[in-house]
Amino acid sequence: MINLVKQFINKVLKNIFKKKKHLKLGIYGAPNSGKTTLANKICQDWLGEDMGNVSNIAHETREVQIKEQINIKHKGKELSFNLVDTPGIATKIDYEDFIKVGLKQSEAKKRAKEATKGVIDSIKWLDDMDAVVITLDATKDPYSQVNITIVGNLQARKIPVLIVANKIDLKKANIKKIEAAFPQYDVIGISAKYGKNVDKFYEALFVITS
Amino acid sequence: MLTLQFMAYSEIENLNSSNRIKKILDIVKENKIVLLEGKLKKEEEASLIQATMEEINNKFKGIELSAFDYAKGEEVFINKLRKNFARFLLGHRNGMTIIGPASIVKEIKKDPNKIELLTKDGNKKRSKKR
Repeated sequence: MINLVKQFINKVLKNIFKKKKHLKLGIYGAPNSGKTTLANKICQDWLGEDMGNVSNIAHETREVQIKEQINIKHKGKELSFNLVDTPGIATKIDYEDFIKVGLKQSEAKKRAKEATKGVIDSIKWLDDMDAVVITLDATKDPYSQVNITIVGNLQARKIPVLIVANKIDLKKANIKKIEAAFPQYDVIGISAKYGKNVDKFYEALFVITS
Repeated sequence: MLTLQFMAYSEIENLNSSNRIKKILDIVKENKIVLLEGKLKKEEEASLIQATMEEINNKFKGIELSAFDYAKGEEVFINKLRKNFARFLLGHRNGMTIIGPASIVKEIKKDPNKIELLTKDGNKKRSKKR
């Protein structure tokens, strides 16, 4: 009973709070899961501009990036939010991996140092989010601890989560494996790069932010 | 040589979160793989990742981390209640957490039925069926 009252009060306070400011929608995930590609797709669709650079080399986004006042209109409904694209969360960063993909040693070391700071910032920002989209690379193992840690931390903070299985245009993509790994959440399969299923993604955004 | 160090939950039970993380990270930085009885809180896992990032340098490249429960499949309500009550009394003792240095542990693969720890040379060193 006390919990129900607490939940009710929290909800009322949260709603009052939400009306005073723009919702902060975070995009989280492991490096190279397509966070910035998705952020770019959203920004292109509703602002006509990109949010950040994308690259095949991991940790391209090393600073938290924010696009303010994105207004989405879908089936007669409107949603307004500030989009926060975060650096990929990893448990290890080796500058030699960047050398292997063609960076000079000095560039690789600089990238690694910036990437470690980016991971720390991403985790710090978790507390500021009102809702989070977690992008998972649908061709990879969803049981990685980074994914589980992100989901668990959002769950502990009672922040609404939408899981996106990205890169479904690739043959190896396996949405069912992601659904099995996170049965408590709806999983939306998309290709942020080619815009596949993005309508369903926008629909789901309205659900988690309502 | 690969060194596995078992850590009973009682070793971290009375430590605060930052000391728990420091204790684990200090061992991992000695190139040992920690097998921790039980699990860290989710917030502690995130703090462990943050602390790891702060420690990364040319020698220490980070960690591989995996936590798992012994129980599998759908739990009935009474079991969940019993587990939550046990957690309330005893802490997060259920399950196990593996934390190893990234310079040694290449990957910890986990699916619902088994854990595989792969070391840098690509050989499978340990496989545990649940």
